[in-house]
Amino acid sequence: MPPLLELRGITKRFPGVLANDHIDLTLNQGEILALLGENGAGKTTLMNILYGLYTPDEGDILINGEKVEIHSPDDAIELGIGMVHQHFMLIPVFTVTENVMLGVESTKGGIFLDRKAARERIVEISSQHSLQVDPDARVEDLPVGVQQRVEIIKVLYRQANILILDEPTAVLTPQEVVELIKVIRSLVAQGKSIIFISHKLNEVLELADRIMVLRDGRVAGATTPDQATEASLASMMVGREVILTVDKPPAQPGEVVLDVQNLKVLDDRKLVAVKDVSFQVRAGEVLGVAGVQGNGQTELVEALTGLRHVESGKVSILDRDLTNAMPRVILEAGTAHVPEDRQLDGLVLPFSIAENMVLNTYYQPPFAKGVRLQHELITSTAEQRVEQFDVRTPSIFIPASSLSGGNQQKVIVAREFSRPIKLLIASQPTRGLDVGSIEYIHNLIIQKRNEGCAALLVSPELDEIMTLSDRIAVMYSGKILAILPAEEATLEGLGLLMAGIQEGATQAAS
Amino acid sequence: MSQEDKTTQQPAPQAKAPEKPSPAGKSAGLKGVLSAALIPTLSVFTALVIGAIIISASSPDVLAAWRNFFQDPLNALSVTWKLVHDAYLALFQGAFGNPSQIAAAFTQWRETGDTRPLLEAWRYFSESLVIATPYIFAGLAVALGFRGNMFNIGAEGQLFVGGLASAYVGYAIKGLPAYIHLPLALLAGILAGAIWGAIPGLLKARTGAHEVINTIMMNYISYRLTDYLLTGPMARPDKLPITPEIQPSAYLPSLFERPMRLHWGFFLALAMAAFLYWFLFKTTRGMEIRMVGLNPNAARTAGVRISFIMVLTMALSGGLAGLAGANQILGVDHRLARAFSSGYGFDSIALALLGKSHPVGVVLASLLFGFLRGGAARMQSVAGVPVEIIRIIQGMVIVFVAAPAIIRSLYRLKAVREEEAVLQRGWS
Repeated sequence: MPPLLELRGITKRFPGVLANDHIDLTLNQGEILALLGENGAGKTTLMNILYGLYTPDEGDILINGEKVEIHSPDDAIELGIGMVHQHFMLIPVFTVTENVMLGVESTKGGIFLDRKAARERIVEISSQHSLQVDPDARVEDLPVGVQQRVEIIKVLYRQANILILDEPTAVLTPQEVVELIKVIRSLVAQGKSIIFISHKLNEVLELADRIMVLRDGRVAGATTPDQATEASLASMMVGREVILTVDKPPAQPGEVVLDVQNLKVLDDRKLVAVKDVSFQVRAGEVLGVAGVQGNGQTELVEALTGLRHVESGKVSILDRDLTNAMPRVILEAGTAHVPEDRQLDGLVLPFSIAENMVLNTYYQPPFAKGVRLQHELITSTAEQRVEQFDVRTPSIFIPASSLSGGNQQKVIVAREFSRPIKLLIASQPTRGLDVGSIEYIHNLIIQKRNEGCAALLVSPELDEIMTLSDRIAVMYSGKILAILPAEEATLEGLGLLMAGIQEGATQAAS
Repeated sequence: MSQEDKTTQQPAPQAKAPEKPSPAGKSAGLKGVLSAALIPTLSVFTALVIGAIIISASSPDVLAAWRNFFQDPLNALSVTWKLVHDAYLALFQGAFGNPSQIAAAFTQWRETGDTRPLLEAWRYFSESLVIATPYIFAGLAVALGFRGNMFNIGAEGQLFVGGLASAYVGYAIKGLPAYIHLPLALLAGILAGAIWGAIPGLLKARTGAHEVINTIMMNYISYRLTDYLLTGPMARPDKLPITPEIQPSAYLPSLFERPMRLHWGFFLALAMAAFLYWFLFKTTRGMEIRMVGLNPNAARTAGVRISFIMVLTMALSGGLAGLAGANQILGVDHRLARAFSSGYGFDSIALALLGKSHPVGVVLASLLFGFLRGGAARMQSVAGVPVEIIRIIQGMVIVFVAAPAIIRSLYRLKAVREEEAVLQRGWS
């Protein structure tokens, strides 16, 4: 019997890049295939080919042994292929039902929407696969994990047999990940087949039936979870040995660099997002801020970097009061800011890499003389930093949008770390990155700390927080519940604090 | 790899690499220029072909000949061909002049030293450039706004107040030498336009009010302001709704004798295009405008004061539009009447789009419009084709440029996604 899905010799070229080079892939009925690879390894391109967003230059796609042509997502859906994108494709103000039926509306008499029929099918699907969701809730009111369920229901509603999940766990809390894994298991039990793209090696090992690793557009290897370890997978992805832990000498805290006193900040809806927060970060230490996303971390970082108004309290850097100072003043005071959303806040995507490298220093000598930009110097500096920070790009003149996520992040890190900095504020610096880039950026952060830089690291990834921090603050609902020395922190204790449970946590921690 | 972090503000001086394109520039060089010009060129060509069909279809003679197609197919074709040929030949000669007339005039000048036939022969070309001049100024104004993500619909109003201000300075101040009076009058136009543009900019920066709405409102205010001033404070002594003639010391000097009206404003416009290119791509402020235009969030995070940049963008854009008005008064009309702008400010939106918000593109697009408009009159008088056909052709050029997918599918061109994304900005 032929496999459910087979890709043969898929090749896709982009100008200057061979994104997929003769990739073969098979997926059997009822199987979970994990697709691993660094950013830019060609996973997304391959899946976009399968979903009809790109046409391959060479190669065949076979479903149940028959050759098919997929020219658009419509064709893919017709063939039973569904995709859950990493960034959800939902309309926030629509209800779950409306979002699910969008594009395949069932109608009465060809004109009127038949919400009732759609709703019934959604209830049926959600009970069948234990995807609990209120079909009448508005999507914007739902937590991220539930929104993802809506995406999965959308795919099932279109009667998909093959589900492509693009980094589904990247945005979820640990608890939500557990839920998702249950859902995936139940889908497979009912005969669905799944291609699961991820960076997280432990999840892949837990969930997959087979693992396929891509590197530089080629198949770097295939294995099964019982034959692989995290380390073997990581080295297969990167093509060399990867050290998953960061070598970190004991911290030698110096003077107080960042001093935050009784900070109060409002969010966009004018609700209190940061409540009476006080902490200090000293030179030569990393203070990690753990917490489930949306507990005020974003607003805290924005307030510290001058991007959000401070209602009350005080922020000082090196004894200088910088409460509500202009962002540029704060940057010039020696602050490096790696923003949470690199594409939205960190880069001007249509700008060249060279321009992005000087995005906040272009006006200073030596990059500008008076009003004149010194393009030659900007260019040569960019060449040098691309080299130094290992940004993989064919040219520094191409737009930043054409880089993979990891390389975009390296551009930001190169820019921020090349300035004379005293304080590093990094918000989810490795979000969505591959092992190789994570390792690299983690090492750079530790290196800066060893050089005497104070670092504030905000991340929902507990692994990252535990690896890098010297002290760990846990934020919950706008407040800092506790600040623990890293050696006293345990995963369980932090997990409880992140859920807002203080008593149990202190016991677990002690 | 080395993780040498000491490199901070003072990277080692590097050998100069003059061959390297600037980080802001199109890296593909000539190939990039050609590919950027491909769609506009094909758009113009396609629009002319469709224009030919419309010209034919609107001619009773051609239609009559086609009705007898089966009796006399050759006649139908030749009548059509003759009309289209005559129309486009007249358009060409009206835009650039008649090559044989130019050659004859040149010979005559060589033999007799008489320059008048020469001036007469070049008149059409000169006239096209005179028409193109305000287009360049106003097109640059809108293009600058696009770069900063400000949709300046108010170029027309800014052009009006610019014209008013320079007309006032032109006639009210007497006895100044030209080298003071002319710059003063130009400056007045720039300043008035800049203020007119800065107001919607300020409103957006302070209150978030959309600049499209407010520039449109400012247009209406400027029209009524013009009406008021022309019927009262700035009217001619005989109370006609025209301003008095400006002093010759405020004229933008003509380059030749009449009937050639070409004046220094054209070269001022080219200089402004060069300046704008330099400003946008070679200066820190220009970089800030482009940054705010493409990603205001990242600009803010990088420490750019975006509200200041918004106001600055609108003020500069308004200043350029004001200069278009000043140019028209000081170079061509020498007094201000109610309808002194034939919609330059609105056409300029199309020009900025056609020129991809790039100064060079705007100049080329303005020249195209100048030639089309310049040739249209002759096309009407010689071939009997209504001037409005040119409007239709202009409109189609814009549609094709705005929707490049049409041209691409028509000529089976491959889509270049990346370039598209870079070039199509400005409308985001």
